[in-house]
Amino acid sequence: MTALPSLKQLLQTAAVLGTALLLSGCERPFQDSVQSGYRGTGMVQVYNPRLLAIKTEANQPPVASPQAPGDGPKAAQAYKNVKVLGNLSVAQFNRLMVSMTAWVAPNDGGCVYCHNPANYAEDEKYTKVVARRMLQMTQYINSEWQPHVAQTGVTCYTCHRGQPVPSEIWFTKNHQPEGSNFIGDKAGQNEPAAVVNLSSLPNDPFTPYLLQAKDIRVNGPTPLPSGNLHSTKQTEFTYALMTHMSTALGVNCTYCHNTRSFQSWENSPPQRATAWHGIRMARDLNVNYMEPLASVFPEQRKGELGDSPKLNCATCHQGAYKPLNGAQMAKDYPELQQPLDKQAQVASK
Amino acid sequence: MDYLNLFTTVQARGPVHMGSELPHGNSPRTGHPGLWWILGKIGNAQIGPIYLGGLGLASLICGLIAFNIIGMNMLASVHYDPVQFVRQLFWLALEPPPPSYGLSWPPLNQGGWFLITGIFLSASVLLWWVRVYRRATQLGMGTHVAWAFAAALWLMFVLGFIRPILMGSWSEAVPYGIFPHLDWTAALSIRYGNLFYNPFHALSIVFLYGSVLLFGMHGGTILAVTRFGGEREIEQIVDRGTASERAALFWRWTMGFNATMESIHRWAWWFAVLCPLTGGIGILLTGTVVDNWYLWAIKHGVAPPYPNVFPAVVDPALSLGVKP
Repeated sequence: MTALPSLKQLLQTAAVLGTALLLSGCERPFQDSVQSGYRGTGMVQVYNPRLLAIKTEANQPPVASPQAPGDGPKAAQAYKNVKVLGNLSVAQFNRLMVSMTAWVAPNDGGCVYCHNPANYAEDEKYTKVVARRMLQMTQYINSEWQPHVAQTGVTCYTCHRGQPVPSEIWFTKNHQPEGSNFIGDKAGQNEPAAVVNLSSLPNDPFTPYLLQAKDIRVNGPTPLPSGNLHSTKQTEFTYALMTHMSTALGVNCTYCHNTRSFQSWENSPPQRATAWHGIRMARDLNVNYMEPLASVFPEQRKGELGDSPKLNCATCHQGAYKPLNGAQMAKDYPELQQPLDKQAQVASK
Repeated sequence: MDYLNLFTTVQARGPVHMGSELPHGNSPRTGHPGLWWILGKIGNAQIGPIYLGGLGLASLICGLIAFNIIGMNMLASVHYDPVQFVRQLFWLALEPPPPSYGLSWPPLNQGGWFLITGIFLSASVLLWWVRVYRRATQLGMGTHVAWAFAAALWLMFVLGFIRPILMGSWSEAVPYGIFPHLDWTAALSIRYGNLFYNPFHALSIVFLYGSVLLFGMHGGTILAVTRFGGEREIEQIVDRGTASERAALFWRWTMGFNATMESIHRWAWWFAVLCPLTGGIGILLTGTVVDNWYLWAIKHGVAPPYPNVFPAVVDPALSLGVKP
């Protein structure tokens, strides 16, 4: 007959199991740390090489199809209702259409995801109207937002990655779907939300900053109070946005900030300026491209408040400090670099 | 062979002790005392009786009301789902009102519950403080414990009452929640330019870590001399024995100075008490007197300058021609 375990054995077992349970939430060692700033300032990036390998694999660009000849009839002459890409040759136009199908809807019917197979020219499907607007948005980003996207630029694939709806989109949150109750308001925070890396920070930092233009900067310019009325609660929203950016890019705070003073631009890495433009770019695109599409999207594509799907940092970055790890994908698609009428003007000069 | 001292006692079983007679006007102690062997492993094996009294009862009632308001708000915020209540417990909170309400009374669901909780929680801890003070005097003790507790209450009231009033907004108070109050702490530091540069914050940390250090040194010293009767510290304040002599010599030879059997307890008490006292001052100055601790530290030469290793970065908001 076996003896019952003693108290000491029980406590030891509990301690071992408890420790194992506590450690089960951790990433296993070892992590790489890369110093980026002056010694002693904690300016360091920490990488888990195993997770980095997975992320690198997930951010590979597709192979570009061979360039098509630019001569022959223009798409606008050969096809009806071509509003954005009419200046391309038919071959170039078809190359882009095939590429777009592969980038956006490879498993969702191909061409007919956007087109009516009986009449490719008609705008019956909402997806075609949205796709046209997204083409204009891509040209706009690559030509007008170079402070953020530089010469690398973006293509449809930067966000879509083979899916009709990019995996990282957001809607304005309805914090009280059952109306204002008398108890239990979370004040837009306090749940393990993925957008703020499972912290309890405000879980819709996008509406105030990437749609509206509320103050992100909460610090005052003087040591002593001089009229800076930003509250601690407001700071939690800024903190939430920054947590999103950090998660979206797979970097620490110190990628952009010297954390001894988040506000100070001295000692800030140059990436911070790129990110500053990125916030403005996301806001510009949400306001001028995504929100106006609310009348085009069907109900099932819209948020609980009836708003359009919108973009944030993760929509393009998807865990990489540069989308697709900085692959120069857009250079193979010159028609996406800027609006084609502008291209024509440049060519004729 | 095991050596025995007051910490690893042989558990003698006998009639349990009801405690000394109390002065006139006190309630009787309640509960039938019993002996718990497991408690005897870490302290006195006797559990009970407890002195509840009017103050204790009132404090418990107020505290339970506050506890239940917080709990019911958390439960309501997960739509009364007990599973989600447990799963998300560390994320849930009762939040103070939004800044727009200032010091006015907000609707129940916009911070009203938070203020009601604050009233009951404050009443609870204040009643408990009076109880601690009263119990000490009724037993003929000094009131050191009550004043140490008052130091903790000072920090609590600065955070949740005094500073919000000085700032003109209840929204500056700390939310009641596990992770939410930690996020609040980080956000407060970010908003006010890094509390690392707040000298009273630094002092508070000195006393916090110092308390831990003293606790370790003192506990270690006494355990090390129990074989000579060193755990009888109070007697040795007035009647130094070989344990006390050895403990003193150990530290004098190790670091050149030693506390005494009495002064070590004053060291510990003051370190513990100064931790929330200085911390409370640091919080009280934040936002009221100083808006940006980093800039304050730069201005007064506290924060060292570092060489620039990055290409010069200009705030893009100051450049002309950028998109807003």
